[in-house]
Amino acid sequence: MSLNIRTYRDLTEADRSGLVDQIVAQRRRVADRLASVRRVVAVLSGKGGVGKSFVTAGLARALARSGRVAGVLDADFNGPTIPALLGLPVARCTLHDDSIEPAVTSEGIRCFSMALLLEDGRPLAFRGPDAEAFVWRGALEAAALREFLADVAWGALDELLVDLPPGVQRFQELTELLPAPPAVLAVTIPTPESRDAVRRALRGAIDRKATPLGVVENMVGGPFAGSAADELAAEFGIPVLARIPWHPSAEIWTALAVIIGVTS
Amino acid sequence: MKFLCVECDRQMQFEERQLPGDGTLAAAFRCPTCGRVVALLTNPMETQLVASLGVKIGGTTLPPQPMEMVRGMVATGKPDAFEDEGERGAGSGTTWSVEAQERLARVPNFVRGMVKRIYLDYAKDRGIAEITPAVMDTARTELGLEGM
Repeated sequence: MSLNIRTYRDLTEADRSGLVDQIVAQRRRVADRLASVRRVVAVLSGKGGVGKSFVTAGLARALARSGRVAGVLDADFNGPTIPALLGLPVARCTLHDDSIEPAVTSEGIRCFSMALLLEDGRPLAFRGPDAEAFVWRGALEAAALREFLADVAWGALDELLVDLPPGVQRFQELTELLPAPPAVLAVTIPTPESRDAVRRALRGAIDRKATPLGVVENMVGGPFAGSAADELAAEFGIPVLARIPWHPSAEIWTALAVIIGVTS
Repeated sequence: MKFLCVECDRQMQFEERQLPGDGTLAAAFRCPTCGRVVALLTNPMETQLVASLGVKIGGTTLPPQPMEMVRGMVATGKPDAFEDEGERGAGSGTTWSVEAQERLARVPNFVRGMVKRIYLDYAKDRGIAEITPAVMDTARTELGLEGM
């Protein structure tokens, strides 16, 4: 004879652990921290090596030059490059009672990155049991993203650019943490292979109610042949925001910043 | 995660938590009707998973430290990554025994400032005048610092 066991939700007595409340509090902390951020823009491609970080840094600098207050959250924890691309000096992170000051570039861009925390030349490694590390490592990286969002004193920003690693997992974690789906800037190179990867990522983003701002085609005019940006733009009904050559001028970035600013 | 005393059909209540060693996290729950106690034991991987969620089984009494998980769990952090201003006023008047100071000195630089602050906050919260290794052990268990 089987036992008559009630469901989890049937058990409604006060629970001292309050695990659900703790999760809710974590989400509230993210929302509170980002209340002064006008817009979060996720820079994604779904493909590695297309220049997401390069585009993120170029856009952030152009936004800052145009008078907008920009922040960059480097969400690529295993290959963080944003501080170097923004020319940030090596500095210690200042702790306050409930937050950490972001690093600030000479142009006023606020930035936080795992690169600010890791020893030079060392990979991101977590303390913990070696066995079955694949089970918990993803959860720790998601928790790191939550803390980057919630515990950095971002302050009032016009745009918080989130530089995502290749793949779609970090984007999914981001959308679960944010109070509302982010805007999305898709970065591709001209090739059909890149187009296919970006298509999947964009489709995933739209499925999660994100707003695609458009496509940036990077590394144009070089050895990579194709028309990925035009094809993605046509398929998703979004604009091609910029075509970035191998050696882009400041004007290219300024034009992109103006377009991004208009959509804000 | 909840526990049901099937015999009494009552939700069991959290009783206490312990870190008995070997990476085990133990959380005890008691049936409010019959008094039966059961203990949940997690293996090291499961303990790590709980820590990674940033939640404390049994609840939490102190406010979270900024980037508590990152600072507590990253093994390859720069020793001088943080300029710790976190000791202002925390645990004022609290002293450290020599043994506790030695134990604190063994904590990696990357996380030491936060660990020190957590123990000071814990001592202040409970009116403890001197932090000893025993106080540190109790705090670690009570506060759910599995990863530290």
